Amino acid sequence: MAGADPQALKDTILAAIDAADNPDALETVRIESLGKKGELTMAMKSLGQLDGDARRDMGQALNAVKDAVTQALDARRSALAMAELNRRLASETVDVSLTPRPETAGVIHPLSRTLEDILAIFAEMGFVVAEGPDIESDYYNFTALNMPEDHPARQEHDTFYMTPDADGQRKVLRTHTSPVQIRTMENMQPPIRIIAPGRTYRSDHDATHSPMFHQCEGLVIGDGITMAHLKGCLIEFCRAFFNVDDLPVRFRPSYFPFTEPSAEVDIGCSRDGGGLTIGAGADWLEILGCGMVNPRVLEYCNIDPNEHQGFAFGMGLERLAMLKYGIPDLRPFYDSDLRWMRHYGFMPFDAPSVHLGLS
Amino acid sequence: MKFTWSWLKDHLDTDADMPAILDALPMLGLEVESVVDRSQALKPFTIARITSTEPHPNADSLRVCQVDTGDTVIEVVCGAPNAAAGLVGVFAPVGAYVPGIDVTLTEADIRGITSRGMMCSEREMMLSDEHDGIIALPEDAPIGTSYAVWAGFDDPVIEIAITPNRADCLGVRGIARDLAAAGHGTLKPLESKPVEARGKSAISWKLDLPADQAHLCPRIAGRSFAGLTNGASPKWMQHRLEAVGQRAISALVDITNYVMIDLGRPLHAYDADKVDGNTLTVRLAKAGENMTALNEKTYKLDAEMLVIADAGGADDLAGIMGGERTGVSDATTTMFLEIAIFDQVSVAMTGRKLNIHSDARYRFERGLDATSPDTAMDYVSAMIVDICGGEASEITATGKGADWQRQIAYRPQRCLELTGVMVADDKQKNILETLGFTVSDANSQADHSWQVSPPPWRGDIVGSADLVEEIIRVSGYDAIPELPLPRDRVVSQAAVNAEQKRPITLRRVMAGRGMSEAVSFTFLDENTAKRYGGGDDALKLVNPISTELAVMRPSLIPVLMDVVARNQARGDNDVSVFEIGPVFADDTPAGQHPVLAGLRHGMTAAREWTGSQRPVDWLDAKADVMAALAACGVKTDALQVRADAPDWYHPGQSGTLNQGKMALARFGAMHPAFMDAHDIKGPAAGFEILLDAVPMPKSKAGKSSQRPLANLSPYQQVGRDFAFLLNSDVTAEKLIRAVRGAGKPLVTEVSVFDVYAGKGIPDGQKSVALAVTLQPTKATLTEPEIEAVSQAIIAAVEKNCGGVLRG
Repeated sequence: MAGADPQALKDTILAAIDAADNPDALETVRIESLGKKGELTMAMKSLGQLDGDARRDMGQALNAVKDAVTQALDARRSALAMAELNRRLASETVDVSLTPRPETAGVIHPLSRTLEDILAIFAEMGFVVAEGPDIESDYYNFTALNMPEDHPARQEHDTFYMTPDADGQRKVLRTHTSPVQIRTMENMQPPIRIIAPGRTYRSDHDATHSPMFHQCEGLVIGDGITMAHLKGCLIEFCRAFFNVDDLPVRFRPSYFPFTEPSAEVDIGCSRDGGGLTIGAGADWLEILGCGMVNPRVLEYCNIDPNEHQGFAFGMGLERLAMLKYGIPDLRPFYDSDLRWMRHYGFMPFDAPSVHLGLS
Repeated sequence: MKFTWSWLKDHLDTDADMPAILDALPMLGLEVESVVDRSQALKPFTIARITSTEPHPNADSLRVCQVDTGDTVIEVVCGAPNAAAGLVGVFAPVGAYVPGIDVTLTEADIRGITSRGMMCSEREMMLSDEHDGIIALPEDAPIGTSYAVWAGFDDPVIEIAITPNRADCLGVRGIARDLAAAGHGTLKPLESKPVEARGKSAISWKLDLPADQAHLCPRIAGRSFAGLTNGASPKWMQHRLEAVGQRAISALVDITNYVMIDLGRPLHAYDADKVDGNTLTVRLAKAGENMTALNEKTYKLDAEMLVIADAGGADDLAGIMGGERTGVSDATTTMFLEIAIFDQVSVAMTGRKLNIHSDARYRFERGLDATSPDTAMDYVSAMIVDICGGEASEITATGKGADWQRQIAYRPQRCLELTGVMVADDKQKNILETLGFTVSDANSQADHSWQVSPPPWRGDIVGSADLVEEIIRVSGYDAIPELPLPRDRVVSQAAVNAEQKRPITLRRVMAGRGMSEAVSFTFLDENTAKRYGGGDDALKLVNPISTELAVMRPSLIPVLMDVVARNQARGDNDVSVFEIGPVFADDTPAGQHPVLAGLRHGMTAAREWTGSQRPVDWLDAKADVMAALAACGVKTDALQVRADAPDWYHPGQSGTLNQGKMALARFGAMHPAFMDAHDIKGPAAGFEILLDAVPMPKSKAGKSSQRPLANLSPYQQVGRDFAFLLNSDVTAEKLIRAVRGAGKPLVTEVSVFDVYAGKGIPDGQKSVALAVTLQPTKATLTEPEIEAVSQAIIAAVEKNCGGVLRG
């Protein structure tokens, strides 16, 4: 092999590498060139038969050939692997327009969302939540709220009565959340700043009345709290809740036995073009009732009306939800029609807060 | 309360136009509910006379009428039975919109004759349901003029809502007084010519009340009238009464109704000739006494009801309704008039017991002008004599008078203190005086207080707060400034405590798990309540809306079952819902429990191409309940599962989750018989968590947010698998507890990865395979250490569960 021609050898092997079209063929080329009995190995083994300069020259030449072959083998191996991967991936092609595995999204009821919006706003004004029972005594629902037996205002409540007990005492389903005012004042000394959401009941069932509905009560008792604070607090609430900075808010004289003076609160709206828009406009919408706590109510709770005063308010959650979200009918609120829930419901993780925004 | 614009102006001298008054009313607390100008819709309708009629040549039931409309004669085809020559009626020309039939008239060919208009019935004009014939007006009705104007329909009708405290505004005069106080004119004096009194009253009063019941009738006045003619009342009175929804009946009845609305002062008129004897006695009814009222219904009275009786017995339910026997009729010529004050509570109670809702009761129970038996007598008498002729007797009256006079010590400063609005003292005084209050600041006390006396028609005014309301109501709520609530901290505190926050968190957790939130009625039908362990008498409503909504719910599962059923009926089959709300064990506050319940139904998803959907089962419910409990801070690993869920769950695929003796929750597949009762097809699985049984997570050191240090071992954890052969009735929970107990403290996780029974396993046994994770904390585990733990585990399973390691 002394007469080996390194250049010819290189050409032959590189040609064989180029010709190998799969990893096995390439391995064969490697064995036949660089293997124990490979041509190049054999050629290097036969160097000993040469002398002096010839051996050195031939040695250098063969080493160069070996380097070139090794590089070519690596390059060819990568190219073949890449080609193989591409082939496999091509075979795995799918129709990406198909639907993914289904997941059901749950939604939160608009009433819950409305309440959470309300909580977020009143929390900013320092209110805390208070609660009371749905089945209420006559005393808490009426008498202590300055509605003694045979008070004409009682007739307007369309009360549901529970079966009387052995002593003839009959409880009621609370007709408003106002009894929570009494329960709170009996157990807490001023200053008081609470809101009390909950289910309420009236014996009325038609397109605009439900026998069960929701209210949110508010009560503030503190030094020097006046009707000006009542006005400031509720105007702030209305503008934040409806997210209308210049929302007109109007206070009109009204009557509730448990407040004096009393007011109803209207917000501005427009019915131009058939739809209802909350904001400055020609019309007014009544949205809540309020007033300064009647001294008689404070006396019922053993709070001295000469020492303390404050205000109370109450609002219907369904009405607020219907106005804010443009829900036209009341009855579906309690029907749990999934189509309605998906349409008007809210994503669970979009929690209202003052810093991240309300609904 | 309805009145007309012209009626208001009888009492209010004002330059203000109607829109200004309509704007002013709500700002005084008198909410305008509607304003109806009935003449607008009736503009094209005129008064016309049928001059001649002849039979329609082609139709027996029709007549061809020549109608004189004032300036021309028009041919009209008419089918009314009373369409006869000479009839004066109401004519609608071509082009008029006839509201009762919703048609705009055109020239019409009616069986060959062209009809150019229409003679109308009351129903066609939407005035009443009367449709027996066309309207027949009096002979002298002016032909060619507007019917609406002639009929008095051009006087707009205003309806306002009166709050229960404003009894004084249940009369037109009270409304006028309020408007005058607010500067919208002046209140005209109540004009009444004195009526000459001739002779004694034919009937006199007798108060026959027990001493402790004298307050039931503090004052009653009357007088008799003779030589009356009780014909129709004057047109203007009929128009006003009809405008406000009162039917004109006869002059005497109309006068009593008119004054009731005019002054808010109900009256009663007896036919004096029908009164048995010459005394009317105010007394309590005798138990079992009967009386037929003017509504022709007979009422059985009890001994708490106040009546007015003659020798023949009770014939007036005081303040509520008169009796039929002594009532006036068209033939009445002698009348006895009653103007009384009765106790508000007594009237309300009697009215409620007898279920009579009358305009009189409505006013009496809200409180009348306490002096009106005396002050209204002349006004009413003059009206009667004017309209019905005849003459009036002397007045007869008894009772020492209602105790209405009171003085309220009032500091004008109170207005600023309560409302934050400054109203000058003289303005305050002026407002109160215009409303009829008497203000005495002459003997001003050291605290600058006034003595204020409310007028007799303001029984609702009892203290300073009421006076403040009067002042700011009239001076205007708009003047109240707006002040922010003072803040005692810049960063607000949480509005909810831990317990109140829980439902809010759980709502997100459940919705995040794909369930939608339901809000359902808290009452259901009695049978369902009983099936779910409720239905106690104390939780039944006396007056439910319907039998479907009659008993407070004992569980949320039945309402969620109904939600599923309703959706299934609409074709929505795979429903997952939850609700957070109260259930009721008894009628005390402690018997009301907050519950989270969820129900999944049908398949986990709609049918789709990967085939991932499957029917829901008890494991879905258990996953839901565990996730919810974990969100409540419960260590769910430590809960004990017991197979003692209530009847509405599948007895073999349900359980309860317990902490010691406290049951926190139950879950499982629903019982097929219960699903049937709700008409639900397909599988369903649900759960209930009794939220008040779930303890709040303990926070050490009070409100500290600090957590125990995380102890993260640097040494590798090791997994070992075991398969045990066990009797079928050994629970996974028992097996896992044995493994955990034996492997302490190295064992950190134990999970079941296979359960198998069948071929290769003896009957009555099962194979359960566990993956156990060992976590060393001091050094890497050696094989002998692992082996020692494994042997301890195997021994414990054998000892506690009778299990054998499978080879």
